[in-house]
Amino acid sequence: MCLPYFTLYTFRGRHIGLPLQKQSSWRTYLSDKFDVIIVGAGPAGSAAALTLARAGLSVVVFERGEFPGAKNMFGGVLYTTILNRLVPNFWEDAPLERQIVKRRFGLLSKQSEAAFEFRSEDYNTKPPYNHSFSALRARFDPWLAKKAEEAGAFIIPETVVDDLLWRDGKVVGVKARREGGEMEADVVIAADGVNSFLAKKAGLRKDFKWNVLAVAAKEVIGLPREVIEDRFGLEGDEGVAMEFFGDAVAGMVGGGFIYTNKDTLSVGVACSIDAFIGKKIVPNDLLERFKSHPSIRRLIRKGETLEYSGHMIPEGGHKQVPQVLTDGLLLVGDAAHLVNASLYHEGTNLAMASGLFAAEAIIEAKKRGDFSKEGLGSYHKKLTDSFVFKDLSKFREVEAWAHANPKFFTEYPDLCLDLIKDYFTISEKPKALIQAEVYKKFRKKLSPLRALVELNKVRKALF
Amino acid sequence: MKLEDKLFLDQYKVDSESHLKIKDSKVCLDCTDKQCTWVCPAGVYKWDNEAKQIILGWENCMEMGACVVACNQFDNIDMKYPKGGYGISYKFG
Repeated sequence: MCLPYFTLYTFRGRHIGLPLQKQSSWRTYLSDKFDVIIVGAGPAGSAAALTLARAGLSVVVFERGEFPGAKNMFGGVLYTTILNRLVPNFWEDAPLERQIVKRRFGLLSKQSEAAFEFRSEDYNTKPPYNHSFSALRARFDPWLAKKAEEAGAFIIPETVVDDLLWRDGKVVGVKARREGGEMEADVVIAADGVNSFLAKKAGLRKDFKWNVLAVAAKEVIGLPREVIEDRFGLEGDEGVAMEFFGDAVAGMVGGGFIYTNKDTLSVGVACSIDAFIGKKIVPNDLLERFKSHPSIRRLIRKGETLEYSGHMIPEGGHKQVPQVLTDGLLLVGDAAHLVNASLYHEGTNLAMASGLFAAEAIIEAKKRGDFSKEGLGSYHKKLTDSFVFKDLSKFREVEAWAHANPKFFTEYPDLCLDLIKDYFTISEKPKALIQAEVYKKFRKKLSPLRALVELNKVRKALF
Repeated sequence: MKLEDKLFLDQYKVDSESHLKIKDSKVCLDCTDKQCTWVCPAGVYKWDNEAKQIILGWENCMEMGACVVACNQFDNIDMKYPKGGYGISYKFG
């Protein structure tokens, strides 16, 4: 970890000074102008820094946390296809928790649960398995930032960047909240997360509406690893990703989750901002409600809560992606609203992809010496040509569908579970009669034609 | 588990001044739903019915920004990030 107290800063392999706190003038150790300034040392920022530094560009990364990752949290599953391009054989030393070999989606009503579970030994043969790992961000992010630092990027923690520097309508640097904090560069990458104050200052994004953001609250719950493995049916470092809908989150647009780590569980809820306001329930109460559901309670029994965290997720999809670049400025990761909010729940992989593509675009632009919007335009093209925009485009209706069809989170799960329960309820009634009654109940609530129409809506939005 | 007990588990370096501000407490009087009080996982915003104003527990802030979005119709919350190195610091994340 690049904790300032312990790190002797290096730039392109040269020691350039004492830890920041001990420097009388921090700027004397940095050159006046860098090729690229990156704001934020999350996965997107570090992916960009690593790629740029390897290509020989001078890069400085400002991180407002005590160390990279200190401010970061996510549900828990990291997809690693891009990571493997950035750090081949990353699994040999990346601080990952468990390889995800099992996925489970549960539909809850107050008393019942129906679930779809899939596991495959094909996901479990050899690294990188299915390119899915549970992870903890305060451990993973510092590791990736360290890789960028080793490649020659200069990472400055404990530094907030408040604004951009402009000249002739172009972004030419940043204003850090430090004495003499103005610093220039050919290009600035805003990797400053979902709130991206920089994207807003640059006029690239508007204020958010309630329905395009989810609020997540999570607990990391400690349990001995043998208990986790026995309880979840896992061996060794295998892990499971479980997501829950319906009464799991009081019928709100969103869901609950449990992801298995080595000796902890990541347990949380994530629902749309308008859902919390509409339902008048606070995130912690929703999380407690989730934890006490009969299906969840048993999975986290005797666990000890070790940390509580919260974060906002940009879930608006393709329609919410702002203009991702302007003269001298690129947006990456959450700052560019790059989250696939379908059942894949993919964010960090898109963040790393965008960081990589932004860096590649800058490397090309540097050859031409053109850092204008046009000169950096290949960034947009790379996003468009890759899974990043293709996936966001494919799932562009998820958010609108979820908000226009609240029944899928309330009435339909309850009906579904009620029917299944009736079907399996044992009595001396002839089974034919039970089935007829189940069908009658279903018909009363929903005509078969209506059911087909509704199913088709789900198919179009989610599959 | 109570929210206070959970927040007690987290590591904060608390600055002497708040990074959150209610721009004009009179504006909150016109707000019926007090949206900011429903979206914060750390319970930073509490409506004080006697003082007729929002009480800010900014020391517990997780810096996620949902309050600002929740208040967008009034635009009455000013949020900047805490000083570098201050605020919450996750151990797990």
